[in-house]
Amino acid sequence: MSRIGPAFAAARAAGEAALVPYFTAGDPDLATTRELVRAAVAEGAHAIELGIPFSDPMADGPVLQRAAARALAGGTSLPRVLELVAELRQEMREPIVLFGYYNPFFRYGVERIATDAAAAGADGLLCVDLPPEEAADLRAATGTTGLDLIALLAPTTPLARLRTIARTASGFLYFVSVLGTTGARAALPDDLPELIARVRRVTPLPVGVGFGVSTPEQAGWLAGFADAVIVGSAIGRLVEEGDRRGAPGRVATFVASLHAAMHAAARPCVGS
Amino acid sequence: MRRSRSSSAAPRLPDQQGHFGQYGGRYVAETLMPQLLELERVYTRLARDAAFQREFARWLGEYAGRPTRLYFARRLSGRLGGARIFLKREDLLHTGAHKINNTIGQALVARRLKKSRLIAETGAGQHGVATATVAALFGMRCEIFMGAEDVRRQSLNVFRMKLLGATVTVVESGARTLKDAMNEALRDWTATVRDTFYVIGSVAGPHPYPRMVRDFQAMIGEEARRQVLDAAGRLPDACIACVGGGSNALGLFHAFRADRRVRLIGVEAAGRGLETGAHAASLTAGQVGVLHGNKTYLLQDETGQIRNAHSISAGLDYPGVGPEHAYLRDTGRATYVTVTDDEAVEALRLLTATEGIIPALESAHAVAHAVRLAPRLDRRAVLLVNLSGRGDKDMNTVADYLGVRLT
Repeated sequence: MSRIGPAFAAARAAGEAALVPYFTAGDPDLATTRELVRAAVAEGAHAIELGIPFSDPMADGPVLQRAAARALAGGTSLPRVLELVAELRQEMREPIVLFGYYNPFFRYGVERIATDAAAAGADGLLCVDLPPEEAADLRAATGTTGLDLIALLAPTTPLARLRTIARTASGFLYFVSVLGTTGARAALPDDLPELIARVRRVTPLPVGVGFGVSTPEQAGWLAGFADAVIVGSAIGRLVEEGDRRGAPGRVATFVASLHAAMHAAARPCVGS
Repeated sequence: MRRSRSSSAAPRLPDQQGHFGQYGGRYVAETLMPQLLELERVYTRLARDAAFQREFARWLGEYAGRPTRLYFARRLSGRLGGARIFLKREDLLHTGAHKINNTIGQALVARRLKKSRLIAETGAGQHGVATATVAALFGMRCEIFMGAEDVRRQSLNVFRMKLLGATVTVVESGARTLKDAMNEALRDWTATVRDTFYVIGSVAGPHPYPRMVRDFQAMIGEEARRQVLDAAGRLPDACIACVGGGSNALGLFHAFRADRRVRLIGVEAAGRGLETGAHAASLTAGQVGVLHGNKTYLLQDETGQIRNAHSISAGLDYPGVGPEHAYLRDTGRATYVTVTDDEAVEALRLLTATEGIIPALESAHAVAHAVRLAPRLDRRAVLLVNLSGRGDKDMNTVADYLGVRLT
């Protein structure tokens, strides 16, 4: 069994939503990514998403497009990210989800990635361009090796389809908060609480919200009704703005601010 | 026991999930899935709707200029001293290429879906112009995504699109060509899917696009099959068409799929030569992968990163290919060969000099293979070449290539 369910449950028991920072693996290099993950975990991250860089990141906005380009220019590839996961697993207990586009996983081999990712200590896979209709092979393979295959939901997903997706999902459901690509939005949709409530009515799985979340205020708001909050582009921007050696410090400060905002938002729930 | 008809012996492809064998499918973000399922439902109905098909045929006739002529290239054939070469003159269509067939069809579908805005990717600019044209015709908003490198190569088409009222968004990411334009169009669509219809220009992308675009180009082969029977009294020995994404090729091939003695030959761009790595021959030199919504042959490295394609022809400069071509390749029903930049330009010059027809650089690849093949066949043999577009748009590129400075 993966560590995702228990980690999210533990956060919920503590009256918190899980904070899940996203890092493009290898941006600007894998050694720095390791430092960034350490910094985030030290500041209270409950789980980590590691992005597998891809040449054609169709679901990503400009910040994460540039992050992927930097990572690829530095020679990052899926086998090297698996090595990083294995190293991180020696020192941390928080779940790690590999987040990517399908082609690098497919080329690596569907069964092989399920086996090797589990052996390295990853807990889940998420393919942004692999809807459930095409995921049978990968779902079977990850099921065998105990990884969660994280499913995506969008604001456009109708209720009947939501039910179908939830039936085969595991770990948590990743709710894409906005129409469009990853990247900061000045405002998140007002109807998100209702959309998340709709998901909760059909599944007991935890619901994480990502895409467009970039400020402590937004994270705090989401923490009031989501089980997990995923923050990616805002971190990618911190990595690219400023020198490499200072990146862990910048990320630590930011993650701490997200954690504080989410903790404050969740506090009324404690003891209720 | 009931004997099945020959047409039902082969499976109807794609299947319900949009697969051609292992190829095709729907590999997109969840945000787009509901729209694709809706499009599939609506299009499946329209494909059998007589009123819709009549309306489509009427616009093709009155507006686009169908049917196009089949032309016997007598002087070219004589010069080569072998097979008789017939040209299917898609270059004579409104806007100058076969692309208009598909954009009329998709715009009519978009109207049924009540979408008010069209977006499209474009390489050579032909599909962008054809989309901007139907947007003007039907009073729809239009935005075209085009790689910066292609904007430079095809400045005339950029001007045409703007004149037609489209917004042209220059894509600066990646290699700044067709693949990157498609990434950007998909990104836009993810954000605008509620009011926007994505007019994909080839038999590629997620289901139902490969099937829908094939249907909207299939009249090329249907007309040509009748015309060649009339003109030559027999079916051709081979149908030849260039393949980037592969829409003009499938448009020609589809009507001949059950004619087992007709060879179907797709011509990929070998660019500077397959050995240089600077080419666009995904069926010849690629591996199976997933990009832009479908599983197919792709130019990629061993870790699944997509390689940049190269062709002198912007319309072939793409590292993937429509999934049905991948299937036809594997089953052997079609064969795929390659033609270099040099050979394509040479063929363009030869056709221009012998017939007074300047082909698009894309189509010149098909002509080049016919030039290669014809002398090996006898005079009774018939080659049917899809002249998918005209060459006006390529004059800057060809002049550059030949070292001529246009002022």
